[in-house]
Amino acid sequence: MNRRRAYEDDGDFYGERNKKRRRVSENQEMEERLETLILRVGENSTSSLESNLEGLVSVLESDLGNFRSKILRILSDCPIKMPEKCTIYSTMVGLMNAKNYNFGGEFVEYMVKTFKDSLKQCQWDAARYALRFLADLVNCHVISTNSLLQLLDSMVDAANEDNVPQVRRDWYVFAVLSTLPWVGRELYEKKESALENLLVRIEVFLNKRTKKHHNALRVWSVDAPHPQEEYLDCLWAQIRKLRQDNWTEKHIPRPYLAFDSVLCEALQHNIPVIHPPPHQDSFEYPMPWVVYRMFDYTDCPPGPILPGAHSIERFLIEEHLHSIIEMHRWERKDCAIHLLMLPYKDKIPLEYCIVEVIFAELFHMPTPRYLEICYGSILIELCKQQPSKMPQVLAQATEILFMRIDSMNTSCFDRFVNWFSYHLSNFQFRWSWDDWDSCLLLENEHPRPKFIQEVLLKCLRFSYHDRFKEMMPEGYAKLIPKPPVPHYKYSMEGAASLPGTATAHKLVVAIRQKCNAEDVLNELNDLPNSRDASDTDMAEAPFNPLKIDVFVQTLLNLGSKSFSHSFAAISKFHAVFKALAETEEAQICILHNMFELWVDHQQMMVVIVDKLLKVQIVECSAVATWVFSKEMVGEFTKMYLWEILHLTIKKMNQHVTKLSREMNEAKEKLARTVESSSSESEDEAASPNAQKRRKNTEGSGEKPTEEQVERMEEKLEAAYVDQKRLFLIIFQRFIMILSEHLVKCDTDGRDYDTDWYRWTIGRLQQVFMMHHEQVQKYSSTLESLLFTSDLDPHILDVFHQFTALRA
Amino acid sequence: MSSQIQSVHTPSVSLSKYRDQHFKGSRHEQEKLLRVSSTLYVGNLSFYTTEEQIHELFSRCGDVRRIIMGLDKFKKTPCGFCFVEYYSRLDAESAMRYINGTRLDDRIVRVDWDAGFIEGRQYGRGKTGGQVRDEYRQDHDLGRGGYGKMVQMGQLGAPSMRE
Repeated sequence: MNRRRAYEDDGDFYGERNKKRRRVSENQEMEERLETLILRVGENSTSSLESNLEGLVSVLESDLGNFRSKILRILSDCPIKMPEKCTIYSTMVGLMNAKNYNFGGEFVEYMVKTFKDSLKQCQWDAARYALRFLADLVNCHVISTNSLLQLLDSMVDAANEDNVPQVRRDWYVFAVLSTLPWVGRELYEKKESALENLLVRIEVFLNKRTKKHHNALRVWSVDAPHPQEEYLDCLWAQIRKLRQDNWTEKHIPRPYLAFDSVLCEALQHNIPVIHPPPHQDSFEYPMPWVVYRMFDYTDCPPGPILPGAHSIERFLIEEHLHSIIEMHRWERKDCAIHLLMLPYKDKIPLEYCIVEVIFAELFHMPTPRYLEICYGSILIELCKQQPSKMPQVLAQATEILFMRIDSMNTSCFDRFVNWFSYHLSNFQFRWSWDDWDSCLLLENEHPRPKFIQEVLLKCLRFSYHDRFKEMMPEGYAKLIPKPPVPHYKYSMEGAASLPGTATAHKLVVAIRQKCNAEDVLNELNDLPNSRDASDTDMAEAPFNPLKIDVFVQTLLNLGSKSFSHSFAAISKFHAVFKALAETEEAQICILHNMFELWVDHQQMMVVIVDKLLKVQIVECSAVATWVFSKEMVGEFTKMYLWEILHLTIKKMNQHVTKLSREMNEAKEKLARTVESSSSESEDEAASPNAQKRRKNTEGSGEKPTEEQVERMEEKLEAAYVDQKRLFLIIFQRFIMILSEHLVKCDTDGRDYDTDWYRWTIGRLQQVFMMHHEQVQKYSSTLESLLFTSDLDPHILDVFHQFTALRA
Repeated sequence: MSSQIQSVHTPSVSLSKYRDQHFKGSRHEQEKLLRVSSTLYVGNLSFYTTEEQIHELFSRCGDVRRIIMGLDKFKKTPCGFCFVEYYSRLDAESAMRYINGTRLDDRIVRVDWDAGFIEGRQYGRGKTGGQVRDEYRQDHDLGRGGYGKMVQMGQLGAPSMRE
């Protein structure tokens, strides 16, 4: 400390370089030390939190002279970065304010600015944590009750604005409600009527609110045994329960209570009047969600009791666990350890809470926050860290999910299959399959046998066929997939009668002798075309299906040894594919033949379609049409077919995103070039860093000309057209088959609600959900062309639920 | 929200101590490449693990560009390692975070950064054609051809005999 003073005294901070460097580094060291102290406060320590806080506050106070802005910054950062430690930091600020009123004022100002900036930048969680912190400062006598109420009121005003998206209004109410557990008691004691008034206004808002989106976001379509509540409804119920309990809760640690005598002496500041930044079209708000529940206290063994669904503790615990996942998602082991170290762990059935929260994230609609494998690997890590409890709870969770799978939405069904197969592959595929025997009596299309079948298919991809033949109980034979081998018809019994056999055999020899693309086309020339140009009334160029048949099946069979062999074969004879299949119809023909050969190897089909798309042998629209084609009817409810459709849509989306990013970059570069005239460009050319800088600014090095940018714009426009067409094809096919089904059931007097119907409507929903960002662009086109009001309400409803997500 | 734009540096994606001794270039150049690479080395595979199995696991972290199976120099059969190339660095980082140290075919796989595949690197570098570690290994590992090659050739005692 003394040494630092000495430096301060010798004046000229910006003087001699050497001295400066030393001083800077010492200052830096000190700042870093302060930062560490502040960041770490409240973590494991031998002394009490109270004495730690007192000690730290006196250090900070004495350092205020030198590090004022640094301290302000860190102290306002911490409660946002570590929201779970909110009350520790509010206590600190309270103690600082009691000692130094000016600092308290500056801090409030700083925090208010942080809050406003977060709102402007659409950092909604940061804004919520900042608001929570401001509210908690009321508990520490830093901020006046009145001015907080005024702020909360103005936020409810924002929720009542007209002509703004509902998601914006929802967020403002959510922010207020989620703040009340911290400050409700204080407001209740000091300003009961104002608090009541606030709650009445919120209730009025909630009663008027539409919840069209609700069904699209549910994991299960039925509410038994646990209701799938809309998030604001659930939080409102929890807050009402909290009010019933006179605003007392048992989850939030409140270190400031120990300092009451000091804090109550302090003077308070007022939050200035804050007007939430008005809505702009560029603002994106959090989408609504459904609160995921899979356990209640009856599921847990004797011991600490799981708080009820409408207890505020449940909300607080869940929020805490979600934020641990967010913070530690990069390191699965740290994440597992931190989840298991939840401060409140001895008072709740922790493993159940953790598993519920992880599945809540995995099943989150429309898409999970993070990669699915991130959650899977955290669950594996949890099993490692807590081998006595975690695997059992996870098995129980799996059992519950399986029992409720009949009403699970299709997106979640897929994620469940993917997770479970992955999890099993990490635990020697050990599972008590016998417990699920009863489902063997059900129809194969029923979600339960379907689940087992799909899980086995995915497990097979991780393992090998014989293993499952040995491992599975006898009764499951009908669910075990066939061995994933190619069916090459030209070498099977009866091949002699096929028209292409002779050519196929010659082709095999030619390819084995390393012939080139031209040779292949020559070999195929003998094959007659069953469909003449006159056959097709379409104006498209005719193609020869037999040529495609012989070529595709023979080539892929020759490359059947592995993915790499297949890819190499496709690349080598790329030109042949292109020559044989110019039109979409011909491309679909390629896909049919690929399917015929590889019908029992789903993963192979997935990667081959992916490859054919990448090397532009088939177009996205061809794949989509093929998925809905007559030949694929038998495959229509199988997961792999949808894996293919979604990867196709993703390819298209990536293409559009890439083009639009490139164009924006080029436009920016162009704008900059226009601004900075010739002198700069000369500088750049002369500078030795030119090369580097060019690299940094990515891509084409040279500045784009207007012409180039125009061309990029055209390309992007064309890509948008393709993308729109792809979505139109997909949705139109869905509408066709679903309408047909509904009409037919109606005329036959049968129940329309069959397994097939559920899978198909579920897949339609999945397309909307998984690609919601891209589909959204075409909402109005879809509404005017396809999802028109004369459509069956069952189908139309799916569309309306989707548009309600961002309403 | 699922697309992370920026790479976040945490221990599981930092460079390991291993450096390929056959790298053509300076240590500095090698490390520079490793830091931007989207290629991974995957080790401790069973000789029986196929490209298909590896693809299923690694594609869960992102789009896989290609997989190059490690082969015995002489027999041209898999010898327990491979390279996995992603299109994007971030996907490769996810594999480092979420796959490294988990199981494939009942074995804990090791995933590490690789500076990029060069033809020839798919072959084992041991004298007997496989990976060097399989020459000196003293345990019995059914997935990797039983005892290490030296033990098999009687140049090293099996562990039970030494004890």
